[in-house]
Order: sequence, then structure tokens, then C-alpha cells
Amino acid sequence: MGDPILTTVDWARAQFALTAMYHWIFVPLTLGLSFLIAFFESIYVKTGNEEWKKLTRFWMTLFGINFAIGIATGIILEFQFGTNWSNYSWMVGDIFGAPLAIEGIFAFFIEATFFAVMFFGWQRVSKGFHLFSTWMVAVGSNLSAVWILVANGWMQFPVGMAFNPDQARFEMQNFWEVALSPVAVHKFTHTTSSAFLLASLFVVGISALFLLQERHQKMARRSMVVAAVFGFVASIFVAFTGDEAAFSVAQRQPMKLAAMEGLYVGQERAPIVAMGLINSGKQPGDDQPAFHQEIKIPGLLSLLANRDSNSYVPGINDLVFGNSERNIIGAQQRMLTGRIALDELARYKFAKDKGDEAQAASALALFDQHQGDLGYGYLSSPSEAAPPVAITFYSFHLMVVLGTLFPVIFLLVLYFAFKNTLEQQRWLNLACFASIFLGYVAQQAGWVVAEVGRQPWAIQGLLPVGVASTNLAAGNVQTTFFIFLTLFTVLLLAEIRIMMQQIKIGPEV
Amino acid sequence: MIENLDHATLQQLWWLIASVVGSLFLFLTFVQGGQTLIFTLAESEEEKTLIINAMGRKWELTFTTLVLFGGALFAAFPLFYATSFGGAYWVWMLILFTFILQAVSYEYRKKPDNVLGARTYEVFLCLNGSVGILLIGAAVGTFFTGSRFSLNLYNSVTWHTPYHGLEAALNPFNLALGLFLVFLARTLGAMYLVNHVAHEPLVEKARKATWINLLWALPFLLTILISLVTMDGFAVDPATGEIFMEEGKYLHNLLGMPVVLVLLLGGLNLVIYGVVATGFLGKNNGIWFGGLGTVLVGLAIFSLAGYHDTAFYPSVSDLQSSLTIYNASSSKYTLTAMSYVALAVPFVLAYVAYVWKLMNAEKLTLSELTGKDAQDMY
Ligand code: HDD
Ligand code: HEM
Ligand code: HEM
Repeated sequence: MGDPILTTVDWARAQFALTAMYHWIFVPLTLGLSFLIAFFESIYVKTGNEEWKKLTRFWMTLFGINFAIGIATGIILEFQFGTNWSNYSWMVGDIFGAPLAIEGIFAFFIEATFFAVMFFGWQRVSKGFHLFSTWMVAVGSNLSAVWILVANGWMQFPVGMAFNPDQARFEMQNFWEVALSPVAVHKFTHTTSSAFLLASLFVVGISALFLLQERHQKMARRSMVVAAVFGFVASIFVAFTGDEAAFSVAQRQPMKLAAMEGLYVGQERAPIVAMGLINSGKQPGDDQPAFHQEIKIPGLLSLLANRDSNSYVPGINDLVFGNSERNIIGAQQRMLTGRIALDELARYKFAKDKGDEAQAASALALFDQHQGDLGYGYLSSPSEAAPPVAITFYSFHLMVVLGTLFPVIFLLVLYFAFKNTLEQQRWLNLACFASIFLGYVAQQAGWVVAEVGRQPWAIQGLLPVGVASTNLAAGNVQTTFFIFLTLFTVLLLAEIRIMMQQIKIGPEV
Repeated sequence: MIENLDHATLQQLWWLIASVVGSLFLFLTFVQGGQTLIFTLAESEEEKTLIINAMGRKWELTFTTLVLFGGALFAAFPLFYATSFGGAYWVWMLILFTFILQAVSYEYRKKPDNVLGARTYEVFLCLNGSVGILLIGAAVGTFFTGSRFSLNLYNSVTWHTPYHGLEAALNPFNLALGLFLVFLARTLGAMYLVNHVAHEPLVEKARKATWINLLWALPFLLTILISLVTMDGFAVDPATGEIFMEEGKYLHNLLGMPVVLVLLLGGLNLVIYGVVATGFLGKNNGIWFGGLGTVLVGLAIFSLAGYHDTAFYPSVSDLQSSLTIYNASSSKYTLTAMSYVALAVPFVLAYVAYVWKLMNAEKLTLSELTGKDAQDMY
């Protein structure tokens, strides 16, 4: 077979995935730990008990180590839209640039300003102002999440815009439709609550480690109780908002939903696959089975997707090849429409360039009729419209399984804390410590579902990734990919070592 | 009321806003300048730590201003964002690498078990302050010297050199601008140290460093100024949008926009006064004059490039592909919406200033770095 030849867009995708996933190692901890620290410090200020201050500062040190590398990985992402996705940046910059700029103005400055007070202000500002600053860091961090998720939500479900053929780009028509898009809202609620959950796992897990080592037990118990309460509430929220997210995906990105469940043939009373082994040879339209082995729960997917367990859920085949019985227009047919749109756009641009107004007007009229499927015109075969099924399926199921496990862990912690026997629960404490890692796995899996599941689209239905990337020789992007890989890995290792050392040192510095 | 502005006015307004953010960033590069001073100024571990902690309380502000500058350009001039970042790929990538290194170095340098060792993180800081700033200067230089790219009918960019932006750093004008910014940043960094650190031996050295670095900056400054008033520039015919070369374009811009001339000369004078005040008159507030001066000079440079019928991101390969603030901008709707958002900027500046004042009320001393509550110091 030889080596597959990776193109510029493959490297650009690999690089974006790499940097985004690294960013996402650090961000959820920032989002959640900032609030936990604010809780701890509030207790300190309220009670005046120096032990709570010591505890606050311990978690703050870990927060700072994590925060720095979160910022380092974030700046790359922002500029990468320009460097690696320059056609994308031009075609949607009119809409997409705004949330990024707003995030800078409203969120990043809050973080940057008050972070310095939080760390260096103990002696320089009053107790009250210090506490205020800690809260502002928490608020600012979570505001960072709002706008970037508005941007991401818009890519999953583009609203509030129109195509301008003269500029060859999409332009914003309604700011509020973009900012308040339902997809943005569920992304925000699900993402922030999952971040609170992760941070709670982190605090619970490291405290459990202290209990296992019989060090700092008082502080560990205190941290654990606050974090377990926060984490339990968050995990209920996560499940609730996750269900909302799935409902929203079903309504707006049916192809992603079909991939999440490996559903090729649409059906009524569609089942959820509780467990399954995907048949990796399966292609849309062939008659191989989708799974080698599976355990199904009938009707549950219909319930999840349409809030009605008897309803019809379209499968990948329906969405690729169309299904006239169910009135589903498939990618096959959309490609034809999309190609007309592209041809007419080209004819329009050419006529305009030559000053032939009559030609331009007729081309524009035809373009307008067909532009809804613009993005499909770029595809070369209908099955390209389906995302990689196995990755999407496994990631989704992993996330959901973990999502049901975490609330149980928090409940057990609270139960034994209430009975005052946490120190003796060796197994639970080990499980808590291991759950830190599982929390990160669930986080990454969630984004893989969201992002891999929307392939091949950079902008759903309008712009496939292949057209979005920069006109660059693949070697350039390949080189930067490996530079990032090396750099971020070294920095990550350094971060983990530093964290472990700080945990070893503990709160008594 | 913003709805009533026409598109051209909004485009000019947004060039101004981006210029203000960019110019504030230039002032805030005192942090980067300070990072390079750790190797030339500090004679002991203690002095090094003082410099790093003085800069370390402000580094995020500088960083965030850079992020906002990028965001504002994306929102207001997306075609510039797409063309320059996608085309001059390597310059921007290298700049970003140095900022990644900076972001972790403060936090990790002093922590035990940091894998790379304190010295490596210090070198990272220095790289950010030297190479990073030099390349930013080179990238800004291309506003005047142009780049080799063309845009097709769909406005997608093709870059006509295999170096993808690295060629910018070899142009003498761009290089001079880069080096000027490096020494300016060092000058500002030294002035900030004088202003904020209470440690006599270090402050004495910093005072001296202000004028030495200004002297180093002078030849590059002269190169830039002489080139600017003599070079051909990229002019736009406002009626047709056609781009053409005009002899003495930037001199014409200076004479045609006397405000800009005033900004430039006033700014340079303020910087010089800041240095004289710090270096020779024993004053501590030179940074404010130097900072304001830097902002004014920055505004003048950006105005020369963008206003008065000039192409701010010119192409030397295909003149008609050059970007102006009119053909590279967002739609009127987006610029209007963003203008409402920008009304929050004064509020942001106000709380940043308030917190700055609070945090800088007392000078930084060695005892703060070793005393109670010092565990998180850099
Ligand atoms: C601790 C992490 C975590 C946990 C336990 C869960 N999730 Fe999640 N999930 C995320 C972390 C996450 C995430 C990283 O935050 C994502 C990625 C994109 C997004 O909006 O949130 C996500 C995405 C995501 C999506 C895709 C949304 C889209 O593409 O727009 C769905 C359908 C769900 N989740 C559903 C669930 C369900 C039903 C869960 C069961 C309890 C669940 N998630 C637990
Ligand atoms: C691809 C999309 C993303 C881009 C372009 C991006 C960009 C950035 C940038 C430029 C920074 C540094 C800011 C500074 O100067 O302080 C940053 C940090 C941060 N970002 Fe992102 N980001 C992305 C995804 C996300 C997501 C999805 C979230 C949250 C839901 C998020 C939350 C944060 C937070 C909380 C920080 C603060 C620092 C930290 O990570 O600890 N980012 N990001
Ligand atoms: C920080 C959390 C995020 C993670 C972990 C993440 C993960 C990923 C992954 C795994 C891919 C690769 C998909 C593939 O090519 O098969 C990807 C692609 C991409 N994501 Fe995200 N994503 C995150 C947030 C965002 C946000 C907030 C945005 C936009 C605002 C975004 C925009 C993109 C773009 C433009 C691509 C490249 C095009 C593509 O391949 O789809 N991502 N992301």
C-alpha cells in the first residue's frame, strides 16, 4: 500500500486537533478550579480561619501552573484560523471574527488583570478586594468560554448570515441570532458544567491521595466535601445538558447523531446501542452489518432524538443517498444542487469581471436558487458527507458511560464524609484518584464527538474542510505540526512534573 | 447612532481602534524589553528575580493586548487576517512560538522539578523579548515594503515565495524597524524598572540602560525615518480603487495629515524626554512619558500605512491585490455591531488602570519576594 500521502488539509486538521486537544487539557480545570478556589477563599474570609487560607493557596498554586500553559496553547488556536484556515477566515471572518474579538475585550482582560491580584496581591490589596479578584478570575474564565462557544456553535449550525457573491463570503445579518443561537447555549451549559465536574474530580482525587498517604488529612477532607458537593451538582447538570445537546444534534446535525449511534438504516423506534463492536469495513450503502456484536435498547434513540420513542430517526444511508418516502434529501442530490450554485457563482464572477451585467444578473438569479447546498458542491462523492463512524461512536459511548459513573463517586464520597470514615475507604480513595484521569478522557471524548462528528464540514453544509484551508505546501504545515507536538509535549511533561512536586510539597510551605 | 455612520467612516474608525490597540501593545512590550535585560543588567540571582517579578505582574496584560490586536484585526479586517497569516505563515508562526515559551516561563522557572531548568526558561524569556519583537517589527514593516502575494477572484491568497514570510525579515527596512522596536522595548523596560523597583544598585544600572538602549535604537530610527520620507509608496485612487506606485507617498501622507506629523514628532520627543528624565534627572516617572510617546509614534506609523488613500498591506507581486482598509474590511453590519462592543473598551481600560494603580502603589522590594506570602512569586 505504501505511505498514504497526507495533503495540506490533513496536516491542518491534524494540527488543529492537536492544539485544540492540548488546549482542552488545561481549560476545563481552569474553568472549574477557579470557582472552587473562590469558594475556599470565601470560607476563609467569612471565618477568618488561616487554615482555609492555606488550603486556598495550595489549590491556587496548582491553578497557576495549569493556567499558564492554558494560555500558551490558546494563543496558537486563535492565530491558527488565519495561518492554517485562511480561506475559512476570509469566507466567514465577517461573522466569526466578532466573537473572538469580543472574547478578548470582555473576558481575557478580566482574567489577565485580576490574576495578578490573586497571586501577588495578598499584601498589596485588602482582603475584600482580593476575594473580589478571585471571583473575577472565575467569572472572566467562564466568560472566555461563552464567546468561543458561540463561534463554535455557529460553525455547527450557521445562522444569522447571508452569502455575498461580490465579496465571495458570508456576511452577518443578525448579531443576536449568532450570539443566542440555541447550539451556542447548549454548548455553553454542557461545556461549563462538565468543566466544573472535571475540576471537582481533580480536587477530590488529589485530596484522596493525601488521605491514602495519611498527610494533610484535615485539609483534604475539607477540600473533598466542598468539591464533592460541587461535583455532584455539576454531574447532574452535565447529564441533563448532555441530553439537551443530543436532542439539539438530532434536530440540526442528523448525520452526526447517526454516526454517534452507528445507525445506517433509518428506523422508527430506533434503538440506542448500549454496547457494540463497530464493523470497520462497513461503507454507506453496502449491506454489511454495522456491528460485529451489539446490545440494543429499543426506542431509546428515538426518544433521545425526538422526545418520542416511536418516532423515525434517519440513518447514514438515508442522509447520503436520500429517502423519498421520508422526504429526506440526501447528499447525492444536494451535490447536484451545490454544483449548480458553484458554477453559477463562477459564471457570475467572470461576467462581473468582464463587465457583462446581463450575464451576471442571470447567473446570480440561478445562484440564489441553489445556494442553500453550496457546500455540497465541493464534495466529490456522496459518502464524503458521512463522518468517521467508529471514532464518533466510541467517543460518544465512552463519554456517556463515564458521565453516569462520576455522580456515583461523588455520592459515595459525601456518604462516607458524612459518616466520618473517609480515611478508611482505601478503594474509594484509589477510585477517586483514578477518576481524575477518567475525567480528562471524558472531556476529550466529548470534543471528539462534536468535532469529528461534524466532518467533513468546517461550516455545516456550507464549507467543507478541504476548501477552508490555506493554499500552502503541505510540508510547511507538517513541519509546524511536529514543532507543536514536540513543544507542547515537553511543556506538558514539565507541567505534570511541577504539579506532582507541588502536591508532594503539599499545603505547608 | 452608530447605524448612521457610513461604511467608509466605520472602516476608518476601526483602523483607528486597531491602531490604538497595536500602539498600546508596543508600549506594553516594556515587559519583553525587561525580559532581555535579565542577561545584561542583573548581576546576581536576586536582581534577576527582581526584574522577572517586576515584569511578571504585567506579562499577561501585554499578552492579552496582543491577542486582542489579533482578534480586532480578524473582526474588522478579515481579509488582512486571512492574507497575512495564511501567506506570511512562518513569520507569524515563529512569533507565536516565542509567545508560547513566554507564557510558561514565568510560572515554571522557579518551581522545583521543572524539567528544563531555570536557565532554559530565562533563555525562553529572552528569546521572546528579542526574536519575538524583532519579527513583529519585520511584519509591521511589510505595511510599507509590501509582500509577494496575489488574490484570486474569490479573494484566496497565493504567496509567491517559498519562504512564506521569512523573506520579510531580510528586508533592510523591516529589519531596521524590528531592531528599533527591540531597543525601544529595552529602553521602556529599564524605565519601568526604575519606576517600580526599590533596589538601589539595580535601579542605578537601569537608569543608565535607558539612554544606552536609546542610543542603540537611534541609527535604526534614523534609517526608518529617512526611508519613509524618501521611499515610493502604495497609493490608491479613491475613485476607482486602483493601486499605483507614488513617489514620496509617505512624505505626502505626512504633509497631507499634519496631525500625524505632530504625533510622530511629539511621540519621539516624549520618549526622549522620558529617557532624559530617568537617565539624567533622577526622576522615576519617565516610563509614563516614554509609554505615551511610544503610543503616539505607533499611531503615527499605523496612520501613515492606512489612511490618506494608501494600501496598508501592499502586494509587490500583483499591485491590484493590495489591501486597503476599504477592500479588506468586514461588512457595514459587522463593523456597526462591533462598534457597539467597542464602547466597552474605555470601561476595560478604567479597571485595568485602577488595578494597576492599586498593585503598583508600593514598590517591589527583595523582602516581598522572600517574606510571608511569597510562595507564588516568580
Ligand atoms: C466530563 C466531561 C463530560 C461528560 C461526563 C459528559 N460530557 Fe458530553 N461533552 C463534553 C463533556 C462531557 C464536552 C467536552 O464539554 C463537549 C464537547 C463539545 C461540547 O459542547 O461539549 C461534549 C459534547 C457532547 C455532545 C455533542 C454536542 C455537539 O456536538 O454539539 C453530546 C450529544 C453530549 N456531550 C452528550 C452527553 C451525555 C448524554 C452525557 C451523559 C451523561 C455526557 N455528554 C457526559
Ligand atoms: C479553537 C478555539 C479556541 C481559541 C481560538 C482559543 C483562544 C484562546 C486564547 C488566545 C487564549 C489566551 C488568552 C489570554 O491572553 O489570556 C485562551 C485561553 C483560554 N481559553 Fe481558549 N480558545 C479556544 C477554545 C476554548 C474553549 C472551547 C474554551 C472554553 C470552553 C476556552 C477557554 C479558555 C480559557 C478559560 C482560557 C484561560 C486560560 C486557560 O486556559 O487556563 N478556550 N484561549
Ligand atoms: C477546546 C476544545 C476543542 C477540542 C478538544 C476540539 C477538538 C477538535 C478535533 C479533535 C478536531 C479534528 C476533527 C477532524 O479533523 O477530524 C477539531 C477540528 C476543528 N475544530 Fe475543534 N475542538 C475544540 C474546540 C473548538 C472550537 C471552540 C472551535 C471554533 C470556535 C473549533 C474549531 C475547529 C476547526 C476550525 C477545526 C478544523 C476543521 C476540522 O477538521 O473540522 N474547535 N477540533
